[in-house]
Amino acid sequence: MYNFMDEFRNSDLARQAAEVLASYKGRPVKIMEVCGTHTMAIFKYGIRSLLPQNISLISGPGCPVCVTPVSYIDSAIELSRLEGMIITTFGDLMKVPGTESSLLKEKAAGRDIRIIYSPLDAVRIAAENPVRKVVFLSVGFETTTPVTALTVLKAYENQIGNFSILTANKTMPEALKILAVSGEVKIDGYLYPGHVSTITGTELYWRLAEEYGISGIVTGFEPLDMLNGIIMLIDSLNKGKATVINEYSRAVTKEGNPIALGKMYEVFEPCDAIWRGIGNIPASGLGLKEKYKKYDARVVYEIKEKDSSEPKGCLCGEILKGNRIPRECGFFGKQCTPENPVGACMVSSEGTCAAYYKFGGIE
Amino acid sequence: MDIITLAHGSGGKMTHELINNLFKKYFSNDILGQGDDSACLEFKAGRMAFTTDSFVVSPVFFKGGNIGKLAVCGTVNDLASAGAKPLYLSCGFIIEEGMPVEELERIVCSMGETAKECGVRIVTGDTKVVQKGAADKVFINTSGIGIIPEGVNVSGRNAKPGDKIIITGNMGDHGCSIFLEREKLDINAEISSDCAPMNKIVEDILNITMDIHVLRDPTRGGLATTLNEIAGQSGVGIKLNEDAIPVRQEVAGVCELLGMDPIYMANEGKMIIILPECHANDVLKALKSNKYGENAAIIGEVTDKPAGRVSIKTVTGGSRIVDMLVGDQLPRIC
Repeated sequence: MYNFMDEFRNSDLARQAAEVLASYKGRPVKIMEVCGTHTMAIFKYGIRSLLPQNISLISGPGCPVCVTPVSYIDSAIELSRLEGMIITTFGDLMKVPGTESSLLKEKAAGRDIRIIYSPLDAVRIAAENPVRKVVFLSVGFETTTPVTALTVLKAYENQIGNFSILTANKTMPEALKILAVSGEVKIDGYLYPGHVSTITGTELYWRLAEEYGISGIVTGFEPLDMLNGIIMLIDSLNKGKATVINEYSRAVTKEGNPIALGKMYEVFEPCDAIWRGIGNIPASGLGLKEKYKKYDARVVYEIKEKDSSEPKGCLCGEILKGNRIPRECGFFGKQCTPENPVGACMVSSEGTCAAYYKFGGIE
Repeated sequence: MDIITLAHGSGGKMTHELINNLFKKYFSNDILGQGDDSACLEFKAGRMAFTTDSFVVSPVFFKGGNIGKLAVCGTVNDLASAGAKPLYLSCGFIIEEGMPVEELERIVCSMGETAKECGVRIVTGDTKVVQKGAADKVFINTSGIGIIPEGVNVSGRNAKPGDKIIITGNMGDHGCSIFLEREKLDINAEISSDCAPMNKIVEDILNITMDIHVLRDPTRGGLATTLNEIAGQSGVGIKLNEDAIPVRQEVAGVCELLGMDPIYMANEGKMIIILPECHANDVLKALKSNKYGENAAIIGEVTDKPAGRVSIKTVTGGSRIVDMLVGDQLPRIC
């Protein structure tokens, strides 16, 4: 692990790559980094500050917390108020504002809400507390969903009846298509999400290239990965034909991880999903299959999700699609800060607004 | 006397037994021994530093220390941050009934040992016992008094453009070790808290030069938050070199896995030193020969602009702003 970290942070090599980029004289290119972890890493290493004016990076909708609709948070809060309920969640979701409250505020008010690090912990908690009810807030892309699938399988095998999940799982391909076809801003190429790709493989990106003429590169999250990735992508863009490059071959293969995918589709099946700020994207979500419906918290507790509206004036939706940048939003840095987030992009540490605020300042 | 009961806090016989068998045994000194309601202390003329801090850490025992050691080091380090020589501490215990006496003894023993290492005396104290659930095992408050040597003028308001910034060692050990123990994460990493007194190191530095502008221990919120406070107080900018900030590999690895940042993690045995460039190398050399300063490094400098801002030069040669910590660092989803 340590070698992998140091090797791709070599300062001399990074500076050489930065010089190559700084000397780019070609046509202006717009590149979207789809994944929230990329957005964060780009800021963390100051990569935007190294790019010349004719290369711009636009942040995409790849932060699972940011694209989770307000109504989902409201449902989670409703569940947390049920007698005997233990809500288990990843830390990121705690601060996301619902319509009237957040999980963090509910916890302070005495609800039993626990941050966990693996969904498997949620099943363990359920087994240890047989008279309580345990719900896991299942949010995430292809990187996290296979482990959630394993968790449901484990509950099924061990006949743990007091456990269920509130799903908001999403997959990338359909969202990428929508962005490419309907975005107001013409994106020249994509930095594809490295972590998601370890599971999905690269074949789906080839389909995007062939059917929609979309070019992109799969990269890792270290400075050298991203800098070299941008150089390689721009080279290929200037050659014309849409293509897919895998810079992250130390982790990503063409096939991805068939075992993880197998588990995921054993438990889940595609369904429509609401993306906060974008709206409904057909077949872009994952819901529990009929066999596992008894682990669906919406079914178990008869939760009816309400329509959710965004706070008026919040530009999260446009920002997620790459149409606007945080500084263009009237709330940014004023009403909306990491202490007091209005929209979801400010909440998650990987949200575009949070990244701009934390690393980029507010001027 | 196996577990602490409400009777230990009643002020009666059991309380006296606890004081005599535990506190007086491990804190033993003349002033505490007098047994009056107040400790009476002699002082010469001069400037005095006075501080207080409460400790509620969970778990109370952790790799590299416990709540007692922390309670002494924390207050001693706050005094040292004023350039003061710590002399006297008070300590107040709030104990949850049912706590094993053996655990309390280990904590008190370690406070006595740490006080001895620092050269401070615990001269007054108080014990309360609360019902089960009203505290988490034990909470400790310590207050401290120290004297500031003539000619020393250390404050967060004194950072000047051109000053160098030194940190006395690796960042994030305490925060990372507590985090791993508290969350019982299945990560195999040998990380101990850095909990240690900094007063001797500060004394060494002041013996080299009195011309130290700022001393501050980067506890909660870590290096990043503390430097933001100083930049704000002094109305200066701070520029850091990412390459130069010392971080233990294990801590870097854990932070990498969980999406956290060592420069926002708490330290309990480190000191930030801001001083004129001309003294920086001498001070650094002296630090490196102290067991609590082996990994000391010059990590950046003070600039005139932009006032109130901390920025960092990253390994790529790019730069970014380093903001204060907001709330807690929450581990990310992916």
